[in-house]
Amino acid sequence: MRVPLSWLRDYAAVDASAAEIAAALIRAGLEVEQVESVGRDIRGVLIGEVLAIEELTEFKKPIRFCQVSVGEEPRGIVCGASNFAVGDRVPVALPGAVLPGELVITARSTYGRVSDGMICSSRELRLGDDHTGILILPPDAPIGADVADYLDLSDDVLDIAVTPDRGYCLSVRGVAREAATAFGVAFRDPGSVQLAAAAKPGYDVVISDADRCSRFVARVVRGIDPSAATPDWMRRRLVLSGLRSISLAVDITNYLLLDLGQPLHAYDLAKLSGPIVVRRAQPGESIRTLDGSERLADADDLLITDDSGPIGIAGVMGGATTEVDPGTRDVLIESAHFESRGISRSAARHRLPSEASKRFERGVDTDLQAAAAERAVRLLVELGGGVADDAQTDIDLRTPSTAISFDADAVSRVGGRPYDAATVRARLADVGCDVSGDGPLSVTPPGWRPDLTDPIDLVEEVLRLEGYDSIPSELPTAPAGRGLTRDQRLLRRLGRAIADAGYVEVSSYPFVSLADLDALQLAADDPRRTALALANPVSDHDSHLRTTLLPALLSALVRNVSRGQVDVGLFELGAVYLPGTDRPAAPRTSAAGRPSDAELAALDAALPAQPVRFAAAVTGDRERSGHWGRGRAADWSDVVELGRLVCRAVGARSPVVRAAAGAPFHPGRCAEFLIDGVVIGHAGELHPRVVAATGVPVRTSVIEFDLAPVLATAVDVVPGPELSTYPAATVDVALVVDVATPAAEVESALRLGAGALLEDVRLFDVYRGAQVGEARVSLAYTLTMRAVDHTLTDEEVRAITRAAVSAAGEKVGAVLRGPTP
Amino acid sequence: MADYDPVAVSPLDALNLDAMRSAALAAFEAATDLDQLSAARNAHSGDRAPIALARSEIGALPPQARKDAGQRINSVLADIKAGLGARTEALELERDSRVLLDERVDVTLPWDRTPRGARHPLTMIQERVADVFIAMGYEVAEGPEVETEWHNFDALNLHPDHPARSMQDTIYLDPPERGVLLRTHTSPVQMRSMLSRPLPLYVVCPGRVFRDDAIDATHSPVFHQVEGLAVDLGITMAHLRGTLDHFAREMFGPDLRTRLRPSYFPFTEPSAEVDLLCFGCKGAGCRICSGEGWIEWGGCGMVHPNVLRAAGIDADRYSGFAFGMGLERTLMFRHGITDIRHFFDGDVRFARPFGSEV
Repeated sequence: MRVPLSWLRDYAAVDASAAEIAAALIRAGLEVEQVESVGRDIRGVLIGEVLAIEELTEFKKPIRFCQVSVGEEPRGIVCGASNFAVGDRVPVALPGAVLPGELVITARSTYGRVSDGMICSSRELRLGDDHTGILILPPDAPIGADVADYLDLSDDVLDIAVTPDRGYCLSVRGVAREAATAFGVAFRDPGSVQLAAAAKPGYDVVISDADRCSRFVARVVRGIDPSAATPDWMRRRLVLSGLRSISLAVDITNYLLLDLGQPLHAYDLAKLSGPIVVRRAQPGESIRTLDGSERLADADDLLITDDSGPIGIAGVMGGATTEVDPGTRDVLIESAHFESRGISRSAARHRLPSEASKRFERGVDTDLQAAAAERAVRLLVELGGGVADDAQTDIDLRTPSTAISFDADAVSRVGGRPYDAATVRARLADVGCDVSGDGPLSVTPPGWRPDLTDPIDLVEEVLRLEGYDSIPSELPTAPAGRGLTRDQRLLRRLGRAIADAGYVEVSSYPFVSLADLDALQLAADDPRRTALALANPVSDHDSHLRTTLLPALLSALVRNVSRGQVDVGLFELGAVYLPGTDRPAAPRTSAAGRPSDAELAALDAALPAQPVRFAAAVTGDRERSGHWGRGRAADWSDVVELGRLVCRAVGARSPVVRAAAGAPFHPGRCAEFLIDGVVIGHAGELHPRVVAATGVPVRTSVIEFDLAPVLATAVDVVPGPELSTYPAATVDVALVVDVATPAAEVESALRLGAGALLEDVRLFDVYRGAQVGEARVSLAYTLTMRAVDHTLTDEEVRAITRAAVSAAGEKVGAVLRGPTP
Repeated sequence: MADYDPVAVSPLDALNLDAMRSAALAAFEAATDLDQLSAARNAHSGDRAPIALARSEIGALPPQARKDAGQRINSVLADIKAGLGARTEALELERDSRVLLDERVDVTLPWDRTPRGARHPLTMIQERVADVFIAMGYEVAEGPEVETEWHNFDALNLHPDHPARSMQDTIYLDPPERGVLLRTHTSPVQMRSMLSRPLPLYVVCPGRVFRDDAIDATHSPVFHQVEGLAVDLGITMAHLRGTLDHFAREMFGPDLRTRLRPSYFPFTEPSAEVDLLCFGCKGAGCRICSGEGWIEWGGCGMVHPNVLRAAGIDADRYSGFAFGMGLERTLMFRHGITDIRHFFDGDVRFARPFGSEV
């Protein structure tokens, strides 16, 4: 809502600067986004009289060379417009004058003449849109006077973002009322108009949906002069408020819409046929609205109709067939009240957020229709030379407003400091409420405040007008809290551990496209392909909710590489969204009270599973080359180790790691992680086709797994270790196995065979070559043994080693290289 | 005793003993390395050294003279030993400094062998905010990002035709009639907390939220909020102000405070915008705050009685406050970040400077 302060001051004589008024309104809860100073950028434009006109015909378009006087020697000025005549008074910008945009006028040669200034259109003075002709001033305009002063061009415009509860501030009337309250000055209500009683009922109007239309006032003015123009002062206000000037009748309705907040509609009376009926749309009905669009009406749309069919979508936009046109002489003014939610639905359905619908959906004053229509009639009579019908139509189906029972102490209870009853009463009166009663007050809100329905709404009015800055600042006393939950603690620990391992956390948009899933080479039946589609995605690349963290992680990897960071490890902790099967729609549940447990469960059943995942991707060098020696390229082993690290970091059970296959991995370089026999995720090198499709560097390796099973097995209380102070015995053994045998199985066989006295097994060498045979590999281990209560004897050490080797032989066919220990 | 003069035994002659001492100490001092010192030691304090021979003469003395001679020899021996020790240490130090100097390295060589990791600033600000409130007795509540319309709107006093629903452009799951959406704010977590936790209730809920917004330097369709909620007997707007002031000080420094500006949210009444005293100019007006002296930080208010009722809470007995702030915005103020897109690009140069705590 744009409010020129000159207009506001008509109703509230506030003696304060624009900035002070803006600050006071902000304090009262109006979001003043900008204070725009207008007209002060026009300097040195004077009123002149056209003395002579010489038509220049040798050019493509008609050009005039005019002699203009501003009270001194006549000046020659070239002008491209031809709407003025000798003797007209016009705005003249002489050399040195300044127009909006700091445009400095100079004398210049054009069309073969020297133009000693410029004659201005209304657009050049920011008075309106019209630039087809020169602005012609009244014949009594004083020659030589400053145009900016004469037209009162200097003004300040407040640009206010009106919140949904303050529909009344979509009018100068409403904002002026707030300003009057804020500065404690009198408020003159432009909606207060002396109404004459109707002589007899006027145009026939029927309301067939009283729930959606509670009031319909229709007034007729005949014999309007079609050539009557909108006066400059009105056009100026419209333009400053952001509306275009269209025609006198339309301008008057728009002017009053801005002034009062009451949307009005002007019909060409001659185009109406039969009674006006306000009703819901019937199947198949359509209407061409004023913007020229043919619109199919919905059964929920409220229509204004006559015998010809729909002539308007109530409260949203009028129809083209009954539009006021340049020849219109007789006008019917509609001033109605429509229910807000219905208007809101229609405006959304037809994507028509009109000036009218914006006001109706926030709630228009229920008592203003007759006064607004009366003012429209008066302006049409005064400015258009029309004659008002004595007959008036006023269909009034309003229900009387109900009083709110209000305990004045409620203000103190919410505000946290005392507010006395007199203050409460005075502030409610400022708002326009009718306050009566002692003890509990009986408060009847005014017609323009449909948002005031509950005692708490009245509390807010008193608190905001008294100022939120007068509320004290103190801390409540919360009961002792329990701190973070176990999982919250573990997730923090996890994030730190992964970052400490040299990976950088990212926070991606949780969207994917189907092309992203194709790029991962997922099989047709891969469950990750079943992603939830968004109804209105922000872009085509973000059409679905992610079922895997990998696509976004790989994009980020590519972005880093392209920006020159080639040695990169990234990780993300975040939810994926899994549709599941047979998910029901969310039931429509009342919010009037707590839903039953069954209703709450039904709501939750409509939601997809949203488990938290961990994923990482790594490329480039994990250890770089440098003065210390050669580096090491990142590979599958980094991500497999990262998986182990994640489990270790939270104290979870060690996962079983074994070879696996499947997209998006290299078939020979993929590991799966299992906890308690359940696969929780995979790690390994990306398949070359995935590398090609995603553009990541070759050998990029990734890991992704579910965190819930990891967190579930995390140990809460770590048992303290028992430390033996006896010396350890170490034995090295080299075992030859088939190359396909996983080292993890060899190790677990060694552990199993060695028993409790084995402290550690460490693989220190892997050797393949002629000495160990075709398709065989030698794994060299150091076994460390120790007892808690004595030094192991040579005999014991040999026995343990033999048992370990023998178990490896039995389980995985391992053959010992070298002598038996 | 008077008829026997021990000095007469020549090796034990006092002058001889002094000469032995002087010779030994001079030889040690003359040694320029540890090898020479070893030779000097053999010559002057070894088994065949004069002092050793002198000691063997003691037995030739009459018994009454032996004690005195022994004391004199021991005194000389001690001096020789001390001299040897001192010279050994000096030469060893000299050798060490020479040899270790040869092992010198350039300690200014750079070491960037392994890449540095970091956590995301959004993760860390969520933890920091959580810690501020945990210290006041709050708990951290969580809720789903894909949420029902009921939790996101209906239960928060936003009926289906409410104009505020169009204020926040919502991303719905397809088809929208199923009533499932990407939460537009963290407020549904409030509702879930009120439905599931006992009173009194003090929770803080950080999390990811979604709006159908175009991406630019200050807007992102995905961003993060933190929501705070207190429901207890006798909660007032003064408590809300106090809590916000405390929060602001913890996040931005002890000389900052907040200002409440009346506003409108369907789920709170009274409602207010929370402005933060501009940390750049402390209210005087500067470029950061566009001359306003204050920066818009978030929204807040007293929980609307309809919201309490939707959770089954007796709105006549209990009252509550709630507030919500954008976390990207908070980080942008706090760290002078100018483009919100940095948060979501995954460029490692963005997160690395923040390390592991903000």
